Amino acid sequence: MKNISNLKEFACTPDRFQGGHRLCPGCAHGMIVREVVNATEDDLVISTATGCLEVCSAIYPYTSWDVSWLHIGFENAAAGISGAEAMYKALSRKNRLYNEDRNVKFVAFGGDGGTYDIGFQSLSGATERGHDFLYVCLDNEGYMNTGGQRSSSTPIGAHTTTSPRGRVSYGEKNRKKDLTMIMAAHGCPYVATAVPGSKHWKDLAAKAAKAISTAGPTFINALSPCTTEWKFKPEDTVEIADLAVETCMFPLYEIEDGHKLTITYRPKQKLPVEEYLSRQGRFSHLFKPENSWVLEEIQKEVDRYWEYLLRREEAGV
Amino acid sequence: MAEKYQLKSKEVWDGNTAASHALRQAQVDVVAAYPITPSTPIVQNYASFLANGYVDGEFVMVESEHSAMSACVGAAAAGGRVATATSSQGYALMVEVLYQASGMRLPIVMTVVNRALASPLNIHGDHGDLYLGRDAGWIHLIANNPQEAYDMTLCAFRIAEDERVRLPVTTNQDGFLVSHTAQVVEPLDDDTAYKFIGDYKPLNPMLDIKNPQTYGAQTEEEWHFEFKATQHKALMESPAVIDEVFAAFEKLTGRKYNRVESYKLDDAEIALVVMGSAYETSMVAVDKAREEGIKVGLIMPRSFRPFPYNEIAEKLKNIKAIAALDRSCPMGAMGALYNEVAGALAANGESAIMTNYIYGLGGRDTTIEHILEVIKETNENAKAGKRVTDLQGFINLRGPKLSFN
Repeated sequence: MKNISNLKEFACTPDRFQGGHRLCPGCAHGMIVREVVNATEDDLVISTATGCLEVCSAIYPYTSWDVSWLHIGFENAAAGISGAEAMYKALSRKNRLYNEDRNVKFVAFGGDGGTYDIGFQSLSGATERGHDFLYVCLDNEGYMNTGGQRSSSTPIGAHTTTSPRGRVSYGEKNRKKDLTMIMAAHGCPYVATAVPGSKHWKDLAAKAAKAISTAGPTFINALSPCTTEWKFKPEDTVEIADLAVETCMFPLYEIEDGHKLTITYRPKQKLPVEEYLSRQGRFSHLFKPENSWVLEEIQKEVDRYWEYLLRREEAGV
Repeated sequence: MAEKYQLKSKEVWDGNTAASHALRQAQVDVVAAYPITPSTPIVQNYASFLANGYVDGEFVMVESEHSAMSACVGAAAAGGRVATATSSQGYALMVEVLYQASGMRLPIVMTVVNRALASPLNIHGDHGDLYLGRDAGWIHLIANNPQEAYDMTLCAFRIAEDERVRLPVTTNQDGFLVSHTAQVVEPLDDDTAYKFIGDYKPLNPMLDIKNPQTYGAQTEEEWHFEFKATQHKALMESPAVIDEVFAAFEKLTGRKYNRVESYKLDDAEIALVVMGSAYETSMVAVDKAREEGIKVGLIMPRSFRPFPYNEIAEKLKNIKAIAALDRSCPMGAMGALYNEVAGALAANGESAIMTNYIYGLGGRDTTIEHILEVIKETNENAKAGKRVTDLQGFINLRGPKLSFN
């Protein structure tokens, strides 16, 4: 891991993911990516699923990537990186590596569309096969690259263009898929959740470093607040991420060897979910009197899940 | 190092076995595959070679054909020799990524054991999958028997990886009729085969991390057209390399291949155009028809893409009537071979009376007698000096006669 002692230093480490990309002002993707690619001294080969990060970082004849980078399609970032990793193993065995003195690690980035939904089979397959790679989901809870349609990561109550609020609708009806636990159930040696920003950046950096240095398939689900489609001010991204953690809407934890769960941050006092939801336009309709029951349901579910994490950690099984 | 496999000078192999030995001899670095009938034995044979130390590359058994081709793209972009095999629905599932592979100019070699596309489901041979990938930017080579399946696969690596080409290549063989029909095959020994293909020549490998590469960038209206035109140019100019490789192969083995194969065409008045195992059936039918005094010949594009327009027009320039036989249902048009051959003739100021026959869908038998019937009908057109038969007919279709004019 690179020895970066304070957050400002990240702004001065553009050697792998350059600025000048076309991500929205206030987008969390860039922060997460730069933290991940700076979490190791090893060389990186990266694949990226079609999505915000891909369309904003490699528009010919420009690229923000100073590492080898591959984009194939929406649903196959994991399969693509598994092929590259297999080639590395093959060339290593055959003594034909291009740079024998260098250690290469493999990382895939996908949005929640490319990870929870259309790319899930590819991710599950690559994970089951045991390839040595880190997959990072940049989870902005919807298809934001195409104007904010729902995904299976969209939380209950959120307005999206395909689960819109309306005269008889409170927005998304289905609960957010628990992908992190599903990945842990694959028996991955390391799985974690993370958020970008000033408060938990060391948590993310440490998790990325641990994931990259762990042999085998590892997974980080990073919440990526989306100023454009979640409808908050671009300067509030970090605050929104922090509120997701403080309300336990997006708890920070890690799971080793598919079962050993450790909560990596405990809010001193769990904030009510309204503190998080009220800051985002996508949930504004929930604050109408007729939707108050939805807020209650969300709070109930968050409480239940937090309790589940605490008990599971305590049980240590 | 992988163990050498001791081969006899003559082996009895089916098309799948032949293709899998060619993959083994090519010392492929990464094979990523998903089994599907009738190409499954290629994948099984490869797994067996690996389990017994005859292969020292990586074998990635993915969870779908989409991931198979995606892993092939990742592996090829990483910088090494890559191959796979598939059929039918698997090929259809790969289609999105076939375009990605060729667009990134990755020299992946894929054996396609041709099989019908559902629905209705059918596991037997036709060219529905081959035609589906027609515009995918791959070179498509045709093998009519197990020997050719072996030979074409060896040639495919050398063509694909040539720095003047750098395009993916499929080698096609008919499901069951070639893939599961054992015949005598004369293989090369391992060293000779590998030497013919040569070491993999890296070009912009991602794993050369001192020179980072970007694969799969976004291009919009400013650049997309230029990239696709450049890719098309590479395909259109690949015949020079294909000819070179076929010539080198002939020098090594004595077996001569051409981008356009033909049989008894020199004095022919009528001709059939046909690809795949039916070409060999048609050879027998041609001999029989000639015994009856019909001057008929045969022609086949061995490279379906790039399509050998000028060579075909040249060979057919004195032919009066032509029947193009397509082993895929064109669904609302003439078959692909009909259209390509008609276009080839027109482009060269030639013309002939042309008819189209659809045959062999889903493994339906096409016998010598069926082909003889087509020859006789085509001869009627030649004798009349105009088309007196149907424009598009169906060979050995049960039920009432189906034809279109």
